[in-house]
Amino acid sequence: MVLVFDEFGRRFIILREQESKSRLRGLDAHKANVAGGKAVARILRTSLGPKGMDKMLQSPDGDVTITNDGATILEQMDVDNQIAKLMVELSRSQDYEIGDGTTGVVVMAGSLLEQAEKLLERGIHPIRIAEGYEMASRIAFDHLEHISNKFEFTATNIEPLVQTCMTTLSSKIVNRCKRMLAEIAVKAVLAVADLERKDVNLDLIKVEGKVGGKLEDTELIYGIAVDKDMSHPQMPKRIEDANIAILTCPFEPPKPKTKHKVDIDTVEKFQTLREQEQKYFDEMVQKCKDVGATLVICQWGFDDEANHLLMHRNLPAVRWVGGVELELIAIATGGRIVPRFQELSPEKLGKAGLVREKSFGTTKDRMLYIEKCANSRAVTIFIRGGNKMMIEEAKRSIHDALCVARNLIRNNSIVYGGGSAEISCSIAVDAAADRYAGVEQYAIRSFADALDGIPLALAENSGLPPIDTLTAVKSQQVKEGNPHCGIDCNDVGTNDMREQNVFETLIGKQQQLLLATQVVKMILKIDDVITPSEF
Amino acid sequence: MERVMKDDTIQEKGERARMASFVGAMAIADLVKTTLGPKGMDKILQSTGRGRSVTVTNDGATILKSLHIDNPAAKVLVDISKVQDDEVGDGTTSVVVLAGELLREAEKLVNMKIHPMTIIAGYRMAAECARNALLQRTMDNKGNTDKFRSDLMNIAMTTLSSKILSQDKEYFAELAVDAVLRLKGSTNLESIQILKKPGGSLKDSFLDEGFILDKKIGLGQPKRIENANILVANTAMDTDKVKIYGARVRVDSMTKVADIEAAEKQKMREKVQKIIAHGINCFVNRQLIYNFPEELFADAGILAVEHADFEGIERLALVTGGDIASTFDNPESVKLGHCKLIEEIMIGEDRLIHFSGVAMGQACTIVLRGASEHVLDEAERSLHDALCVLSQTVNDTRVLFGGGWPEMVMAKEVDQLARKTPGKKSHAIDAFSRALQAIPTIIADNAGLDSAELISQLRAEHHKENSTAGIDVITGNVGDMQKRGICEAFKVKQAIILSATEAAEMILRVDEIITCAPRRREDRM
Repeated sequence: MVLVFDEFGRRFIILREQESKSRLRGLDAHKANVAGGKAVARILRTSLGPKGMDKMLQSPDGDVTITNDGATILEQMDVDNQIAKLMVELSRSQDYEIGDGTTGVVVMAGSLLEQAEKLLERGIHPIRIAEGYEMASRIAFDHLEHISNKFEFTATNIEPLVQTCMTTLSSKIVNRCKRMLAEIAVKAVLAVADLERKDVNLDLIKVEGKVGGKLEDTELIYGIAVDKDMSHPQMPKRIEDANIAILTCPFEPPKPKTKHKVDIDTVEKFQTLREQEQKYFDEMVQKCKDVGATLVICQWGFDDEANHLLMHRNLPAVRWVGGVELELIAIATGGRIVPRFQELSPEKLGKAGLVREKSFGTTKDRMLYIEKCANSRAVTIFIRGGNKMMIEEAKRSIHDALCVARNLIRNNSIVYGGGSAEISCSIAVDAAADRYAGVEQYAIRSFADALDGIPLALAENSGLPPIDTLTAVKSQQVKEGNPHCGIDCNDVGTNDMREQNVFETLIGKQQQLLLATQVVKMILKIDDVITPSEF
Repeated sequence: MERVMKDDTIQEKGERARMASFVGAMAIADLVKTTLGPKGMDKILQSTGRGRSVTVTNDGATILKSLHIDNPAAKVLVDISKVQDDEVGDGTTSVVVLAGELLREAEKLVNMKIHPMTIIAGYRMAAECARNALLQRTMDNKGNTDKFRSDLMNIAMTTLSSKILSQDKEYFAELAVDAVLRLKGSTNLESIQILKKPGGSLKDSFLDEGFILDKKIGLGQPKRIENANILVANTAMDTDKVKIYGARVRVDSMTKVADIEAAEKQKMREKVQKIIAHGINCFVNRQLIYNFPEELFADAGILAVEHADFEGIERLALVTGGDIASTFDNPESVKLGHCKLIEEIMIGEDRLIHFSGVAMGQACTIVLRGASEHVLDEAERSLHDALCVLSQTVNDTRVLFGGGWPEMVMAKEVDQLARKTPGKKSHAIDAFSRALQAIPTIIADNAGLDSAELISQLRAEHHKENSTAGIDVITGNVGDMQKRGICEAFKVKQAIILSATEAAEMILRVDEIITCAPRRREDRM
């Protein structure tokens, strides 16, 4: 930007390379932004709900992903539009924060933008709309709290948790065995959960997949499964009551980090060095043996000689185990990760009741199961399925279910699903709108209309007449004063979601509302878009 | 609509997306369709790489692996075929064809305005019902060794009959069954070595009880050893470097060089002495053996083999019962391998080392002979299929009849389910049964038979209780599968049904395809 003066001394500004930049201002900018956001929402709209469809995505490298998870679709879609990128961020933050409802939040934002567009056309200032939305979202937020139920569960009565996870899974391709997967997810979460602190560290749950078999073969392993095998083909494949040494140093000659050179210039030196080397390997193995280890798990590789010595001394070993897996093994077995052979000591060893190698199919795929660990707080969910895309999608679905279970442990409030919460909020917001004077009242009403967007999409995807269904449910809610009426997506015959056992977490829903409103506010505040043109 | 995605991104929605995936999947299914069944044809594949090498094959997985496919739905089918290959080894074509047929039927239903989710629900019910129908009709001869063996023979022959080996299928079935039974229930096919040697005819192939190593014996070493003690090793026999990091040789005069060299030689000599001290008369190493140690071995009258590959070493260790050693300081605790006789044999023009009379019979070698490399490659693939199926059957001993029998049994049950089910789902269940019947139809078509006539006869046969009728492609009639001895493994069939349905379901659920712009590569051409 340069400030210049013309011959009369008037100032004007020259923008550098003004021609090559495209610029949108004022209402045009608003309209363009709203359209961009809506376009993204429209793509996800058909994925919502139990009858939602999947999207097939081909990455720039030609890999195919088939999914129904909003966050994954948007991430892989490779969007270019700036506003669309905001929407991608939105779904990602829902994913990080809650883990579920990533599609819903985008559809919600799209619906809010659509309503905002109408208000903009009537000449209402975008900031006023934003403020109105903010007020409305607070009303809806409180209302959700109001209609939520507490869900009592204990470590033995996990049924409520399972039901909630099933609601999440029912929209995925894995819904064929949602009951089983939901149980697995809940058990996994409970195994690692700290019920007193109400906290769950999802890092302790490892989700591993291998193609082959069928989805029903998916299992929960109270221990760790590592995609590795024994370093020497003749080592035993099954070890009971293993004492595990977890090492991060290689069974290789030492490599001091400081730069050095050992010069060999006499025959004696050559020989001593040689002996040193042999002794070194011997000592490494001996140290492991001395502390009583019966299995060595190492992050690095082994030298051939070391490998043989290990086998020779009857000390099974696994090499090239990744850092994350190593940590999990350490947690599960109660061992310590040892960075040097010198620091090995009996109390640093991990304990596991059973370590076994399991082979799959006709290829030489093998996996190592470490089970019956001293501290069974790390678990593995091992997914099987007919093809690679299925496994990937199952992994994403399990992740969602795990997040839901975790959220419930943190906060055991739930709201009912099937769009019932949105409809109830919409009624509440609409009623509250009249209390506000000024332009905001319009915005608040629009917010209520936007909330209807989700049940509408649900009904549409389930093949029901959307407007008829929505209005029927809405009037039923008002008449009966029952906030649990929703859209009957599965054709069960009742639209009381309490009877259908369709639940969602309260924090998930609240977060959806807040995030969607925030992003829409942000988009509404933009009135100037400057894009450098392509070169 | 506002442009959201990058320039070259292709976005297809709704009907168009569904059509694109149907077309892609069916194209793939039609491509491999003609290879199905005993009278199926082969395909020639020419690689685009250097040499334009040619493969002639009938194996679905091999064909699909070599295709360059752009259609994302087609990739799903290629993937299921690959998984089928890895998991059970056979039925790679059938799974793709069935998935293709399911989608073909689904397309008709979609055109009738039935929602894909309804179709999926119907397919799921049908698949479950089909699997149960098969489960009830399986035969299990686990207890009876002789019968089980004949089951295995039948399965091997049925698998091989669609391959290049069909002329000598009895012979090869015998080979395969013998080889698999030696594994004693392990599915580790690594211990069955397949050696390919061009020359002779397929009939000259044989199973060797012992172990054949495709290596030469070192110069001046004995060519025949009886009662051999074998040390299997993985150690450097070239220069045996000092591995300590940063070590290097730096000398300031020629004499010192000579000294070091002598020391090195001394070191090697000591190593060889240590190895010899194990009391062995055969030494097999994975790594190179230089001339000097080789000479030392020759002097000691020890047969030394260098550069055996890693799998060879593992197998050898397995058959002879020895350890794979890398250090040699404690001869008393290293387990040596034993065999009755080591000799050099000639197959065709190549000299190989033959270990016979081995301690453990878990491994064996199948030597394939044949007119050309292509024949041998295809024979190996066929044999691999048979071995995979057999090894899986040894673990899961349930067996079914072949020749379209399982499909008809399932179709019948599924048909009945369709009649009982109210609602639109029943159309989908009907469609599933039609897709199942398409497989025997294709088998008959490929054999040049009147498929419409045969299938209707077959269906009539199956209307009776406990029918064992199937298509006999050789005579071109409906025949009794039990008498003809045409069998298939239950595990294979089950995997076909489940993964084909799963794949069809996945593709049906899609209503939008987004193809990202291909990653730009720097022009290296």
